[in-house]
Amino acid sequence: MSIVTLENVTLRVGRRKVLSDVSFGIESGEFIGVLGPNGAGKTTLMRAILGLLPADAGTVKVFGRTPHSGNPAIGYLPQLRTVLPDLHVRGRDFIASSLNGERWGLPSVSQHERGMIEKTLDAVGARDLAARPLSAMSGGERQRLLLAQALIGAPKLLLLDEPLISLDARHQEVAIDVVRKVCRERKITVLFSAHELNQLLGTLDRVLYLGNGRAVLGTVDEVVTTPVLSRLYGTDIQVLRADGHIFVMSRGRDVERADHLHDHNHGPEHGHSHHHHH
Amino acid sequence: MAPSTATAIITTTDMFAYQFMTNAFAAAGIVAVVSGLVGYFLVMRGQTFAGHALSHIGFAGATGAGLIGLAPLWGLLAFTLAAGIVMGALSERISNRDVAIGVVLALALGFGLLFLHYYTSFATQATALLFGNVLAVDHTMIATLAVLGVITLAALAAIMRPLIFASLQPELAEAKGVPLRLVSTAFLAIVALAVSACAQIVGVLLVFTLMVGPPAAAQRLTTGLWTGLFVSAALALAEAWLGLTMAFYTDWPVSFCIALLSALAYFATLPIRMSHVHAAG
Repeated sequence: MSIVTLENVTLRVGRRKVLSDVSFGIESGEFIGVLGPNGAGKTTLMRAILGLLPADAGTVKVFGRTPHSGNPAIGYLPQLRTVLPDLHVRGRDFIASSLNGERWGLPSVSQHERGMIEKTLDAVGARDLAARPLSAMSGGERQRLLLAQALIGAPKLLLLDEPLISLDARHQEVAIDVVRKVCRERKITVLFSAHELNQLLGTLDRVLYLGNGRAVLGTVDEVVTTPVLSRLYGTDIQVLRADGHIFVMSRGRDVERADHLHDHNHGPEHGHSHHHHH
Repeated sequence: MAPSTATAIITTTDMFAYQFMTNAFAAAGIVAVVSGLVGYFLVMRGQTFAGHALSHIGFAGATGAGLIGLAPLWGLLAFTLAAGIVMGALSERISNRDVAIGVVLALALGFGLLFLHYYTSFATQATALLFGNVLAVDHTMIATLAVLGVITLAALAAIMRPLIFASLQPELAEAKGVPLRLVSTAFLAIVALAVSACAQIVGVLLVFTLMVGPPAAAQRLTTGLWTGLFVSAALALAEAWLGLTMAFYTDWPVSFCIALLSALAYFATLPIRMSHVHAAG
């Protein structure tokens, strides 16, 4: 059964056409790596699946229906933007605020909900974070907490928007392992957007590659090829394979890595050569 | 302001023997609790400057009300409410845009001055509006503040759950169906009510002393929501009442005493857990 289906979908953000005439279907239980250059529409696509952005043309179906916001069957980890630095909220309270957080009235957490929180914290190994204030957590710890939060309430579909950003290499591995383990066990369909393909190679079932307004869904061997990616990036791309790794290069530069650096480097030299040591 | 030299000689102990002091304690008590509770969310959302701006816009409203023969409170309420709703409705982010808000609040103070200029007999009220005049509070004002306080807290209670969710995780809250703009607008309207009440006690220039000082200190002292709210309200109440007491015995202005205590309490919490902020990016 298809969990997410797009048929000839066009998505706009303001006046900008982000995706144009895109069609694909994601099957139940699949782990999909969502890749593509910055601005290719990874977040926009997730917002459409969440029912926050209506399609300009075509049809989006999630669980066979038109998506609507507030669907409890979808777990979501937004790309982390809002971090209030001085916030002394405990991890457990932070998560609790999201449970039925759309209801009016005073906040309260039932015994049953407390149990759900504890169980999920255990599942992702984040129990140690429950009693600590958010302001005292590292980026990796916060991300682990948000991951736990996205899993509460037994979602059938998990949308993870750049969950690896701000994590170091070791924590990236840990995060991927946790998602894989929990989602395989619970048969959750996952859309996992990322900058680098290589870390996900052993985990993903198929790749959804976005670029140039288009989207291609398929196995790594079908999608991550010189002709397909050249079309998506709109420039000459070379795909090199070495030692179980895949490098997507444009004129001798590693495209994914360059993208990744841009995210942390919105300085005036944006878009030019990067001589950072990795 | 406070007790004249003559009365200070008569009594050295019982300030509650004076009607104006019991009135002041009642009014300051109501306002402090409301300010402490509403201010807690203002600080949590990082919108303290918006609160400050609302009070300045309220000044124009208060003096404008004087021009047309109304009590200042109604002008305050009308202007802060309108400004709060506009800020909230314009966008989720504009309430954090310091420059735009700064320009608007300066303009509002300017208009306040203009209104004073055209209604000169009202000028004696300017100090009271800017810095508060809690010792002149009468029973009618106490009743008005009590009604205002109940409405404010009832509205806050009604939106508290989505407000917290939207404050902590706006992107996720939106995905879960929280109407962000409605919540944000409703909250700023609540802040407008609290600011109007608060300005009656400490004046429009000093609403920070009750709406930001105590909540900011409370957030440094606590991690839980309910304890945080309780500490914030208790601190505001203690500062207001101690400030009144201090003013009674020193003959210093009440608003100065409250402002001093508020600043002292906040700075006293600063050394606590400084090492935790910004653990990593």
